[in-house]
Amino acid sequence: MSLLEIRDLGVTFRVDGREIEAVRGLSMHVEKGETVALVGESGSGKSVTALSVLQLLPYPMAYHPHGSIIFDGEELVGAPERRLREVRGNRISMIFQEPMTSLNPLHSIEKQINETLTLHKGLTRAQARRRTLELLELVRLPDAKNRLTAWPHQLSGGQRQRVMIAMALANEPDLLIADEPTTAVDVTIQAQILQLLGDLQRDLGMAILLITHDLTIVRSFAKRVCVMTQGILVEDGPTERVFENPSHDYTKKLLAAEPKGVPTPSDPSAPPVMSTKDMKVWFPIRRGLLRRTVGHIKAVDGVSVTVREGQTVGVVGESGSGKTTLGMALLRLISSEGPIQFDGREIQGLRSGALRPLRREMQAVFQDPFSSLSPRLSVFQIVEEGLLVHGIGGTRDERRAIVAEALEEVSLDPATMDRYPHEFSGGQRQRVSIARAMVLKPRFVVLDEPTSALDMTVQAQIVDLLRELQQRHKLAYLFISHDLRVVRALANDVIVLKDGHVMEQGPAAKIFDNPETDYTKALMAAAFKIEAVETGAVSM
Amino acid sequence: MRNGEEPAPNAALAEPAPRFLGWPISRLTRRRLDNFKRNRRGFWSLWIFLALFLGSLPAEFIANDNPLVVSHKGTLFFPVLKAYPETAFGGEFETEADYRDRFVVKLIEADGWMLWPPIPYSYRTINYNLGRPAPAPPSADNWLGTDDQARDVSARLLYGFRISVLFGLVLTFFSSIIGIAAGAVQGFFGGWVDLIFQRFIEIWSGLPTLYLLIILASVVEPNFWWLLGLMLLFSWMGLVGVVRAEFLRARNFDFVRAARALGVSDIGIMYRHVLPNAMVSTLTFLPFILAGSVTVLTSLDFLGFGLPPGSPSLGELLNQGKNNLQAPWLGFTAFIVLAVMLSLLVFIGEAVRDAFDPRKTLA
Repeated sequence: MSLLEIRDLGVTFRVDGREIEAVRGLSMHVEKGETVALVGESGSGKSVTALSVLQLLPYPMAYHPHGSIIFDGEELVGAPERRLREVRGNRISMIFQEPMTSLNPLHSIEKQINETLTLHKGLTRAQARRRTLELLELVRLPDAKNRLTAWPHQLSGGQRQRVMIAMALANEPDLLIADEPTTAVDVTIQAQILQLLGDLQRDLGMAILLITHDLTIVRSFAKRVCVMTQGILVEDGPTERVFENPSHDYTKKLLAAEPKGVPTPSDPSAPPVMSTKDMKVWFPIRRGLLRRTVGHIKAVDGVSVTVREGQTVGVVGESGSGKTTLGMALLRLISSEGPIQFDGREIQGLRSGALRPLRREMQAVFQDPFSSLSPRLSVFQIVEEGLLVHGIGGTRDERRAIVAEALEEVSLDPATMDRYPHEFSGGQRQRVSIARAMVLKPRFVVLDEPTSALDMTVQAQIVDLLRELQQRHKLAYLFISHDLRVVRALANDVIVLKDGHVMEQGPAAKIFDNPETDYTKALMAAAFKIEAVETGAVSM
Repeated sequence: MRNGEEPAPNAALAEPAPRFLGWPISRLTRRRLDNFKRNRRGFWSLWIFLALFLGSLPAEFIANDNPLVVSHKGTLFFPVLKAYPETAFGGEFETEADYRDRFVVKLIEADGWMLWPPIPYSYRTINYNLGRPAPAPPSADNWLGTDDQARDVSARLLYGFRISVLFGLVLTFFSSIIGIAAGAVQGFFGGWVDLIFQRFIEIWSGLPTLYLLIILASVVEPNFWWLLGLMLLFSWMGLVGVVRAEFLRARNFDFVRAARALGVSDIGIMYRHVLPNAMVSTLTFLPFILAGSVTVLTSLDFLGFGLPPGSPSLGELLNQGKNNLQAPWLGFTAFIVLAVMLSLLVFIGEAVRDAFDPRKTLA
């Protein structure tokens, strides 16, 4: 008998009197001690499936028109709340995507882990404390003993995710549901977390249901894989079989969705568009009553970079390494020290009025297409704004024509320009952000993780679009990303940053083929092979 | 979770764009309107309040001591709109005709007719034909009785209600504008601006409003606009906190950074990008601020530091009720009108709050 057996499960949401079928007739099973990956793009219903196992959906807004979920011989659909509480966090645990918001910021981590122990196992405080320490050591939280009383905000993202895992393991569950456990953390941390989960599974013999959109993870981690799209399970089978020989079209499409293409070798003869030498962005640390400056956080410390026409400089590094700060400083959106030359003109120290005409030629595209578009403006208004600021296009009709052209350029239907951002999917929104930058015909664009929040297939499309635009308009890109696969597909030159310092800098081909520093090597291993390299070069 | 609940974008695109009174509106606005309507109590309160308020606007045509239309010797006169001398009807004085005077009535009715408004008293008309000491109890003549100066309570109520609501609306409008502007500047620029402004507000809100009003009332005679200005000095702080918090939150949003990168000026960003996001919490507050403003004027009038003597006002009526306990219709009338008006405003406020509640948008 399987540990978890889902038969013909349906999940329907009632929204505004309409019915939305999130999951349709899904059947799957998880055996004891097995790792099963549930793969699909956003909106495919994979998270909903996971939540319905624990019956955590917002009932009665959501309901199951049919189907059953049998866990260890017991029906969970419609089980009484009291019974479900005994199962949740005890026999089935779950870890969520966002380690930043999954921990209660008002309790120390000891208190939060103790809670599960005293609730389900009835341990005394001293016993619970001992067990908590054991667990934190089990998940390899560095310096666990002194971290017991730490607050969530004192831990990094990876450390928080470790604490979440410790909480999930507290009662030695039979099944661990991991809902995109590494989407919000760096590649290096991702490799560490996945390795940890693999080790724990071997030692504790639990089953893992891993929900993810990242196929690289699935390949190196799961035994069996289930592929979902639009609420339907389209394919399942052993991982190797599915990867080698996918039978369903959707799976094939998903597998083919890696960002492809190789950039041209870097060309030092192209005219430089944007350059800086020895740039510093230091944030003062103030202490005491008089707020005296006692030191500096060196977000960017002595970075020199030149972005040339038609070329892309990739900036890679872990979170907190100063990638975004560098981009924002180049655009003079935050203050910095050191010369910034744009198109042969020194723009450091230029007043904002004098800078405004130049803003037209330097643009930015941000990471999260959900937050980078104002929710209360229509797509036309969003794209039009730059035109208004810079006085391009005299009449409204002329501007509408220009906006339509920009939308067409990013393959969006101009007929949709009066709609609001929430009516578009993530990929379409990112196209709108790109159109907003491109409508001004810039020469230099900072791309701040433009693909990180998107699904795999969409990522590949956006990368293609960016490359096409670059070739057509001879754009200079500063491409910031922690995703080395995307950087490899686009960048001519690469800068590797760590804690604001340049670790390595040079032509992309050289850095990807022959990384010199341990840090770069660890980044590569984590990104391409999902391996954690324990040389101490990357953060824990 | 977002994944499962969000309808497929194509499904959303396929539907016709929602409209309200013929204007295209966003789907979100449509949902908010629906949520507002779903709160039956608030929805009906809004209609009742609007009916009462709009009904009280033409008070001069409902309660007046001048007739609406006079026909005299084939000529039509409109005394509500224009003052006519008594001589126009064949009288003796050059002054404006007193249509309640029996002599004038006789003159007109001898050769024409008069059309009176439903309540033939204005708020300051003294009824000399009471036949008993004022305050007089309700009768067919004075529907809600008269006050202690023999003025018709129903007429005073109508005018008093109108001035209360108008005062509340104007005060709410101006204090919102100042409050939003102050909160926006503080939240958006932060740092020293915020720090200094916040301390200023702390000190300013500590000033005793009532004493200042008493002192000023002895220097100038407070009329509607004086009172409004004085109240405004202290009432704008209500919204500052909310708007400031919204601006503090929103100024780090990606779309604000994107606007900066486009070269949009600070004012442009505040107005186009941040303000619409702050409007939700502001609008939620407005009905409650309106209720508060109405109460403030009433309490000032009750204490005698409000509108000039003789003005129709709910607070003054309450005060008369307190001074004339033997005439319970005064106190009861003022109490019921105030209670109904404030309850309606609070119910509307609750419905607005429901409409903007993000948790209810899906329920």
